[in-house]
Amino acid sequence: MRNMEINDRVQIEKLETGIPGFDFISIGGLPKQRITLVSGTAGSAKTVFATQFLAEGILKADEPGVFVTFEESAADIRKNVKGFGWDIKKWERDSKWAFIDASPQPGDESIEVGDYDLAGLLTRIDHAVQKLKAKRVSIDSLGAIFTQFSDPSIVRKELFRLVSALKRMDVTAVVTAECTEDYGAISRYGVEEFVADNVVILRNILEGEKRRRTLEILKFRGTGHAKGEFPFTVLPDQGLIIIPLSAIELKQKSSDIRITSGNQALDEMCGGGFFRDSIVLVSGATGTGKTLLTTEFVAGGVDNDERCLLFAFEESREQLFRNAIGWGRHFDQMEKEGKLKVVCEYPESAGLEDHLIVIKSEIENFKPNRVAVDSLSALERISTQKGFREFVISVTSFIKHQEIAGLFTSTTPSLMGGGSVTETHISTITDSIILLRYVEMYGEMKRGLTVLKMRGSMHNKDIREFAIDSEGMHIGKPFRNVTGILAGTPQHLSPGEIDRLGDLFNEH
Amino acid sequence: MNKYLLKLYVAGQTIRSGRAIANAQRICDNELKGLAELIIIDILERPEVAEEEKILATPTLIRHLPPPLRRMIGDLSDTNEVLMGLDLHYDGAGLPTDK
Repeated sequence: MRNMEINDRVQIEKLETGIPGFDFISIGGLPKQRITLVSGTAGSAKTVFATQFLAEGILKADEPGVFVTFEESAADIRKNVKGFGWDIKKWERDSKWAFIDASPQPGDESIEVGDYDLAGLLTRIDHAVQKLKAKRVSIDSLGAIFTQFSDPSIVRKELFRLVSALKRMDVTAVVTAECTEDYGAISRYGVEEFVADNVVILRNILEGEKRRRTLEILKFRGTGHAKGEFPFTVLPDQGLIIIPLSAIELKQKSSDIRITSGNQALDEMCGGGFFRDSIVLVSGATGTGKTLLTTEFVAGGVDNDERCLLFAFEESREQLFRNAIGWGRHFDQMEKEGKLKVVCEYPESAGLEDHLIVIKSEIENFKPNRVAVDSLSALERISTQKGFREFVISVTSFIKHQEIAGLFTSTTPSLMGGGSVTETHISTITDSIILLRYVEMYGEMKRGLTVLKMRGSMHNKDIREFAIDSEGMHIGKPFRNVTGILAGTPQHLSPGEIDRLGDLFNEH
Repeated sequence: MNKYLLKLYVAGQTIRSGRAIANAQRICDNELKGLAELIIIDILERPEVAEEEKILATPTLIRHLPPPLRRMIGDLSDTNEVLMGLDLHYDGAGLPTDK
């Protein structure tokens, strides 16, 4: 008995859907020649999923598909998905796509006179599948058929026939069903009793006034998949993209090649520069010099003939370029040489998932040696805490996989000392942390810098004072007679006290 | 000249199909007094027609003429309902009249 079960398990093949990210979290795609229920509330992108399943099949695998619609008319769907770049009309002409339009026909309600079945529907699906030699079938949405007929028991019986017919047809099918709650019963009308082997749930959750879309594979009978909810987004020109976060593996290589931070003194403090494939977090209050450090990081890369990509979420292009000139760095020149690309975006212009996809595709296209993001905190305000954490993890691991250097800045909420949410989310994944702090000394504000963490290397533990002028950042001497800078409560120690403390640790 | 064009779509030669055909025939003969042309289509033989006419349930009876299109599903066992569905009302004198 046990052996038989194991054999069955091995035999379940998967069909690559081609939906970005889905094949990764489903470990290879949907169970082949089986039916998968895709359930979600209204507006959870079920129809997009069902449509994309067929579209990607045609585009990526040349597999024809049949789309059965119970809800929207075929004409509506053709029109609605055109923006995603899917030309269904053309596919229909090429016999790659067939619609079974079973949507309610306007102005022509059927009158029920006596006993009936749904053989018409079954015949049409069967005919279309055979004619196109279809490999994929989408049915959207199953529950809607109940509204077209007065006798649910007939519909129920016929759906059983439909499902068993589909199983015989040698197709992989996606059946959508509407549910009323994101976290509740899988579907209305108890549709799940027909197709329960494989269930995918799409959610569109309202969390702190922000919408967050997630996809969860609830079960795949007899075969594996990644567990839990994965965020996804629907891009206007691409369709659904699933972001496989928790499934990210920590298998990136680690190099001991050093690269310059763009500032010689900082390189020395870090023990010879940053590692080539490390993630550096620069944290500090507003005005402490984070953007300056970013500028130096970028310029240092360009000087060494590296390609740099800078994402700016706080300042406009003009502001950024003007600031850089103020520190003696010429971004426009660097861009002209093709070594730098600056991407400026307003955080609120898109959802966090969309920003993530933009960042990833820019990195893929530009193929930089180093990436800087100024600042991560700006993105924090457009997202939920959980969403932000996932974003940070995803971005950092993506950058690490490219084996390039990444520098992120994070703004601390208080002027003096203090941590930020960004830090708590990101600090464990970063390789290096640099803190920039204001230090109040005798009625004067000074700036201090320290390398808090440098994974895999010795580093200087001093808190150094630094100055900013038209040539950039100048790191000077350590603050010797001040304590409590990091805590935000600097205290001056008199020379006598310093000697006393020094004596405490005097070992001879 | 036929005043009514009715098409009956059935799926295979089942008992239900047979019953629907017999009922349709009887209504045409008795109630419409030969004013109707009845065409019977087996969608298993001509699935493309089922697609064109968007047939979901079988049997389906469609009144193609006179317009507007009327659709009825079921085995047509209830004669009165069928007549009403066809927009016919029975005047009691034996002859149906168009309303």
